[in-house]
Amino acid sequence: MVTHEDGGGHGHQHQPPSGFIRKYVFSIDHKVIGIQYLCLALFSVFVGMALSLLMRLHLAWPAAKLPFVTGGQMTPEQYLALMTMHGTIMVFMVLTTAPQSGFGNYFLPIQIGAADMAFPVLNMLSFWTTFVSLVVMLCAFFVPGGAPIGGWTSYPTLSALGEIVGPGQGAGETLWIVGLAIFCGASLMGALNFITTLIDLRTKGMTLGRLPLTCWTWFVTAILGLLAFGVLLAACLLLLFDRIGGTSFFIPGGLVVTDQVITWHKGGSPLLWQHLFWFFGHPEVYIAILPGMGVASHLLSTFSRKPVFGYRAMVAAVCAIGFLGFCVWGHHMFVSGMSPYSAFAFSLLTMTIGVPSAIKTFNWLGTIWGGKIQFTCAMLFALGFVSLFVSGGLSGLFLAQPSLDLYLHDAYFVVAHFHLIMGVAAIFGMFAGLYFWFPKMFGRFLDEGIGKVHFWLTFIGVYAIFMPMHYLGLAGNPRRYSEMTAGPFLIALQPVHKFITIAAFITIAAQLIFLYNFLYSLFAGKEAKEENPWHATTLEWSIPSPPPFDNFGGLEPVVYHGPYEFSVPGAADDFIPQHLAPNLVRKA
Amino acid sequence: MPGTIVDEIEIIDAGHGGGTPPPAGGDDDGDSSGPRRPVPRRAYFTALQLGLAAIVMFFMALASSYIVRKGLGTDWQSAPLPRVLWFNTAILLASSATIVVARKKLQGGEREAFRSWWWVTTGLGLLFLAGQIIAWRQLAAAGMLLATNPSSSFFYLLTAAHGAHLAGGIVALLYVAFRPWRRSRISQATAAELTSIYWHFMDGLWIFLFALLTLGR
Repeated sequence: MVTHEDGGGHGHQHQPPSGFIRKYVFSIDHKVIGIQYLCLALFSVFVGMALSLLMRLHLAWPAAKLPFVTGGQMTPEQYLALMTMHGTIMVFMVLTTAPQSGFGNYFLPIQIGAADMAFPVLNMLSFWTTFVSLVVMLCAFFVPGGAPIGGWTSYPTLSALGEIVGPGQGAGETLWIVGLAIFCGASLMGALNFITTLIDLRTKGMTLGRLPLTCWTWFVTAILGLLAFGVLLAACLLLLFDRIGGTSFFIPGGLVVTDQVITWHKGGSPLLWQHLFWFFGHPEVYIAILPGMGVASHLLSTFSRKPVFGYRAMVAAVCAIGFLGFCVWGHHMFVSGMSPYSAFAFSLLTMTIGVPSAIKTFNWLGTIWGGKIQFTCAMLFALGFVSLFVSGGLSGLFLAQPSLDLYLHDAYFVVAHFHLIMGVAAIFGMFAGLYFWFPKMFGRFLDEGIGKVHFWLTFIGVYAIFMPMHYLGLAGNPRRYSEMTAGPFLIALQPVHKFITIAAFITIAAQLIFLYNFLYSLFAGKEAKEENPWHATTLEWSIPSPPPFDNFGGLEPVVYHGPYEFSVPGAADDFIPQHLAPNLVRKA
Repeated sequence: MPGTIVDEIEIIDAGHGGGTPPPAGGDDDGDSSGPRRPVPRRAYFTALQLGLAAIVMFFMALASSYIVRKGLGTDWQSAPLPRVLWFNTAILLASSATIVVARKKLQGGEREAFRSWWWVTTGLGLLFLAGQIIAWRQLAAAGMLLATNPSSSFFYLLTAAHGAHLAGGIVALLYVAFRPWRRSRISQATAAELTSIYWHFMDGLWIFLFALLTLGR
């Protein structure tokens, strides 16, 4: 049944794994690992949402006593701790895991026609290392002092001086840094696997020009991760040594904390951390968004029954965004006192990223223009992605102007920008992917009716939450303040905060509808008996749902067509699967 | 979820999906699907290069921090580097030479000579690490500890980071020596080649770091 051609024996298994532990816990099957990552992300997103709900409740009603808050009424430090962990968990444990390590792990090997990733054991290691990093980070909630308060960006000197600067800055901050360092290792392992698999394990006929755009985005995202996480790891090490080793990489002299003069540190620079962090941090946000772009391209094409408009331009745009993403970190530091000439350079480069982004946006529109659109839930979320990407991306152009950023930095305008882009557009990309691939992964459909309710409530909800924040930012509302009571101009904005909180409450509640749909459909959803219910073209739709342990049954598929052969003139069907031999394509 | 044997048979019967049967003409004409080839040898080299790229980024972050930190403030106190570092450098360079010799012996089929030279390389690697620890102790004895001043902080940090990666290389050397290679996906020669690329890279990285520490002192 399965023959081995080898040069000296090999150790990979041809039998499916047996036993609960090998099948579901320490599995080396990329599909199981992908689901494990998705479960980790699903758990993390609900934790992150709960934290944000507590934050929003406090912002709207500062005097109220809240559940889960020690002492009832939230202190500013508790607010900052919630904010720090919300940002950290969402950015790392949701946005960096689900789109790339979750869906990418599951579908990259299948879409390129491989039996698994290049290094399945390394893949398993990378998941469990991520899991350990999450556990370490969550422990920060439970140590004396609680979770750190320095923000997900953890700027020194607040993050470097230890307990004396505030609650959570002792053990909590140390655990945060250690957890993050572990996460860096996990991400590097994953990135290495992805890139190697993409370069070396593509099946016959799967040239780079026939790669689905999902694979292109997973490819570029992995390259970004490979090159960026090493820098974050170095930064974390330096920070850790400042905290526990007595070094002064980031800590200048002459500091006074409360009444204590810090004499045992001098000469360091907090700006050095900012450079290191943002050199990683900017590629990180592209890591968060690129896979969503790939999914959007893929779904817009599939559900319009049209090829992607300008496939090559889309690939070039993804590569350009990836490359330029390494050149713009300074735009997070416009108010740090940098030279205006540096600011000008960073500003220009930041605006330049708008060009490939705009190319992608116009090509998405070009893809659906004149198409026979099927408004499935997956398509709705893909369309929603485009809408939110435009909304969130446009405010980035404002923030890219150093003169404007002087005012808008650390104001709610920035909060609006990154939430729309990361906290919503990227999430919509994930939802789209989930509604699309759920039948393949689990052999059942997510309920479309409930899904549409979920979509509309979420789509309207996120606009209701984040659009007003632009206004707040322009009005001068600072970010990272636990209450807006510091003066008449802030108190006047309180009704807007209340509105946002109520919108947030409703939107988060809508996610419970999704959770119900997800859990119900896993066990009792409509069965997806057909291999290719969406009549899609890529290789995952040529194998059973759910796929067997070795994807293609020990055989190597051959690819004859590009990834988006929809409505090809002369063909009888409105799609041509990639693996369909040319002599078998039905002519009209 | 992983399929059962029954599912496997089902797949073969059902063909490749899309509702069409597999192309006629057999499986061996090179143009249709056939039995799956194992993971290509090339992939290991790709992975190694990618790993080295990530390591480069890590050390470049540290090196650029070194340069920036040196330019700030007035507390940079350079101290002469322990002379044993020159000896360690020579040891590491020698180990790069011995690993080349070892691989040549393996290619020539001289297994015993390969093993000997491989052990020499491993020994030299361990000697390098021992020498680094001696350098550390000498610095500490001279009063230069981790937190004494930024120059010493970076010295310990850079040498420790390099040492940790080199220790990984030593683990790889031992793995190549001890693993039963008959049942592996790649041959011992391939593993030795991969390890030697990594080893040369560690050597080159040390030269870079040593130059940085010496010139930046």
